[in-house]
Amino acid sequence: MLDVSRVVKTFHAGTPNEVRALRGVSVSIDDGSFLMVIGTNGSGKSTLLNAVAGSFEVDDGSIRIAGQDVTTWPEHRRASLVGRVFQNPFAGTAPDMSIAENIALATRRGLARGLGWALSPRLRRDMQERVRTLGMGLEHRLENPIGTLSGGQRQALTLLMATWRRPSLLLLDEHTAALDPKSADQVIRLTGEIVARDRLTTLMVTHSMQQAVNLGDRLIMMNQGEILHDFRGAEKKRLRVPELLARFEEVRRSEQLDESAAEVLRGAYV
Amino acid sequence: MTLLLGAMTMGLILSLLGLGVFLSFRVFNFPDITVDGSITLGAATAAVLLVGGTNPFLASLAALGAGMIAGATTGVLHARFRINGLLSGILVMTALYSINLHVMGKSNVPLLAADTLATRAEHLGIALLGGRDSLVLLGWEVAARDAAVLVLSAIVVAVVGSILYAFLRTNLGTAMRATGNNSQMIRALGVDVGNMMILGLAVSNGLAALAGALLAQYQGFADVQMGIGMVVWGLASVILGEALVGSTKLGFLIVGAAMGSILFRLLIAIALRAGLNPNDLKLLTAFFVFAALVLPDYFARIRRRWSHA
Repeated sequence: MLDVSRVVKTFHAGTPNEVRALRGVSVSIDDGSFLMVIGTNGSGKSTLLNAVAGSFEVDDGSIRIAGQDVTTWPEHRRASLVGRVFQNPFAGTAPDMSIAENIALATRRGLARGLGWALSPRLRRDMQERVRTLGMGLEHRLENPIGTLSGGQRQALTLLMATWRRPSLLLLDEHTAALDPKSADQVIRLTGEIVARDRLTTLMVTHSMQQAVNLGDRLIMMNQGEILHDFRGAEKKRLRVPELLARFEEVRRSEQLDESAAEVLRGAYV
Repeated sequence: MTLLLGAMTMGLILSLLGLGVFLSFRVFNFPDITVDGSITLGAATAAVLLVGGTNPFLASLAALGAGMIAGATTGVLHARFRINGLLSGILVMTALYSINLHVMGKSNVPLLAADTLATRAEHLGIALLGGRDSLVLLGWEVAARDAAVLVLSAIVVAVVGSILYAFLRTNLGTAMRATGNNSQMIRALGVDVGNMMILGLAVSNGLAALAGALLAQYQGFADVQMGIGMVVWGLASVILGEALVGSTKLGFLIVGAAMGSILFRLLIAIALRAGLNPNDLKLLTAFFVFAALVLPDYFARIRRRWSHA
């Protein structure tokens, strides 16, 4: 369903700020699979997601979604295949427009937008029904500007909008990182329900080890622009937070070793 | 009374410009100063066609089309060539000055003998009044021409405003509004933000050009200088309108932009009547917009300080 092959991305190439964000990353996700991506800051996990979403063009490698080579497609074109929820709860909705209008925009994701009315009585009924499933009472507030809602409510709506038309691939970019714990739990529960109900192929980036362990049927751990570990099937099911922590500790140690070794060499030769 | 009617007519015609500025500045959050050039382009196009004997409806539509091309050019410069938005507008506005001179062939085209929407309204008005060329309104004697042009302008503005309102509620229109409100979100929903920008600026400048075409027909001439400072004028109308309606609902904002334009023109007519030097008009307009942009924040800050004290 998603096929990322030897993708390379370097930011600010040729300057002192050069960052080799992705160093030849390859990963394939099967249809209906729920992949968790975890890693430290700067490991490249969000860059990987943005590369798939089309936020920038990759330097090398190819990306296929649902059998189509989308490597050179701009972001808005990939949106016909991809539903997306951002880390920033304010990024996924238009604040001055009503809940109903925001959802209406999402119902035409990837479709042509002509001169038909954005809102019809039938669509409103559908909205009432599906917004009710969020369990937030928002179905009575469809005419309110979305900017008046809390971050958690907006993120739940963004999730609903991203999956309104079944996407070939759902991208979740640390979508609970900016929420308070209670809202985060609620959004995570909704995520699990929606992904399971629609059997969505999903790539979710997270910094929370608890989420990484509890959700999904596969987990990859990234470090310095490369995939370090890939836990699948039974191994993923058995995986618990302490083991994951231990893996992170390993990474930290080896990096420290590298640094101290470099220090010694610098002292000797420079 | 003639003065009052004239100011209202002028305000109504320029409220089309206000709607255009509302679209670019408020809906798209894009400071588009192309309108200074496109309002003149509309006047020039209509004037030249009218002198040549074209049907005034067609001439006005042609002006609308010319303005849309100008706006789309600014949109392309910004969206496709990645030129700063303000600079894109300045470039097209500057280019339009030469283009307008070429369209007119000279700096001023009078419409004295031409068949225009204004003369048609006048004939229709006199016919409806049974051949009299004046009527009594609230105890004042009013020329049939002035009344007829006022009514015609009101009808045009009502129709254009309704179409704009309807358009902004279609699938395409809501996508345009979302582009201005949160471009990241609408891109993730599959909309080419650049195309929306180009289309939006085309519509905005088309409205400005239509205002120019009507203005030329009302005043009886097109002049290459007539667009100078018009964008600030439009912005002043929009700001005034927002204050008048005090709502963020789309329909209210559109009505507000029109009302703001009329009120602003009335205020200016009163100020001129009271002895304001016409040369100071642009200075005052600029000062008004400055004050309208700065004062709300300033008062809010003072209020906060008071409530904390």
